[in-house]
Amino acid sequence: MSDSSSVLPEHPPVTDWVRDFDHTDPRWTENPFPIWDELRAHSPVVHTDRFLGCYMPTTYQAVKEIAYDTEHFSSRRVIVRDERPEVTRNAAPPITSDPPEHKPAKQLLLPPFTPDAMKKLEPRVRAICNELIDEFIADGSCDAAARYTKYIPVRAIAHMLGIPEQDSDRFITWIHMILELSIKDERMLMQAVQEMTAYFAGHIEARKQHPTDDLISTLMNAKDRNGQPLDDSHVLGSLRLLLIAGIDTTWSAIGASLWHLAKTPSDRERLIAEPELMPIAIEELLRAYSPVTMAREVMKETTISGCPVKPGNMVLLSFPAANRDPTVFPDADKVVIDRKENRHAAFGLGIHRCVGSNLARMEMTVAIEEWLKRIPEFRLDPAGQVTWSQGTVRGPRQLPILFGKAN
Amino acid sequence: MSGKLKIRVDQDKCQGHARCKSLAPELFDLDEFGNAHEIGDGTVPPGLEDKAWLAHSNCPEIAIEITEE
Repeated sequence: MSDSSSVLPEHPPVTDWVRDFDHTDPRWTENPFPIWDELRAHSPVVHTDRFLGCYMPTTYQAVKEIAYDTEHFSSRRVIVRDERPEVTRNAAPPITSDPPEHKPAKQLLLPPFTPDAMKKLEPRVRAICNELIDEFIADGSCDAAARYTKYIPVRAIAHMLGIPEQDSDRFITWIHMILELSIKDERMLMQAVQEMTAYFAGHIEARKQHPTDDLISTLMNAKDRNGQPLDDSHVLGSLRLLLIAGIDTTWSAIGASLWHLAKTPSDRERLIAEPELMPIAIEELLRAYSPVTMAREVMKETTISGCPVKPGNMVLLSFPAANRDPTVFPDADKVVIDRKENRHAAFGLGIHRCVGSNLARMEMTVAIEEWLKRIPEFRLDPAGQVTWSQGTVRGPRQLPILFGKAN
Repeated sequence: MSGKLKIRVDQDKCQGHARCKSLAPELFDLDEFGNAHEIGDGTVPPGLEDKAWLAHSNCPEIAIEITEE
């Protein structure tokens, strides 16, 4: 993977976060939480002229109002970028769909991702985790982001789609181009989309000859609301979505969870002693380190939490910032591993609730359980450096860990 | 205050986060799309009141209604 810091043009450094925020600034990437607190203290909605004009709701309430309001806010563009390329039809349905197209497109994808469906996939994910741990456990240390958390979601989704798990590195390169590099270089988006389209077109063609029982065949056999087979462009768009949305996101969530546990022995020990706490702990880690920030485009003038919002602007829809709102979550900046009341918005709110939320939870749970079974004691390597991804999905991309107790 | 509890999932609000099913599988079930509904007529059996409130206070869409009879 290439380094996102080498992409041009570089944005000027931010000197006034409230009036000129930039979620690609290295300080935001490194530690966004104090910046969000500053923005939230100023207003429920802030604006920047960067990215051709963009708002950011800073409170849980403002994020929720926008997520629920599909009349004034469109999902046709879901990443805030320097440029606004022409909107393409079937970009990645249903995440890029608005009502009324959204519901039928989403309903096609829901049945394969229910909790029961995930139970069937769970043994394969446990095996993937152990295969990965086998590769580095004897070393006594590893970069957990590069060698563990990175490969769990990509192999799991490849398994579901029925494409080779060995192609994982290609998928990860495309996703990096689409989610990170494309913010400042639109050509990266075009190139990645073309390559993915060609890749999946081959798999679709092969299934026309020899049908399979994987997710690609499920989509190919699906009917739209008029009872007609989906356009190839719809099938390709949804396949792109599943690959893009299912990988960086959970890679980030598992990585941030291990990062937290590496530096918090008390939480680690508690999860080992009380495994039944895991579902609640996973929700709290999702709240505190929500990886995914979405976007909307303002279509009609309106008011959000009392603030005027005008068309022509994008919206940086920061579910992670909503989840740090102290008026909704007491001790919002602390990981309270047994937090009882937790209406976090890590998977979004409203009709665009993440279709893969049950998959993500299962992968996080299994990845942490299997790690703790094999490596119950671990800590951050003081000689190494933790780095975080930039932009739309935030999580550790370098996570050097030493196994065993500190001397 | 110590009356029987009854739960109901508002189908217009539920978006299938499935938090209720995870926290209180005795009280909630999911349909083929993963959207939740109360089991039976929603009457909460004695001893499961805390679970009903726990599900209520974790639903991101505030889709679970609890009434006390």
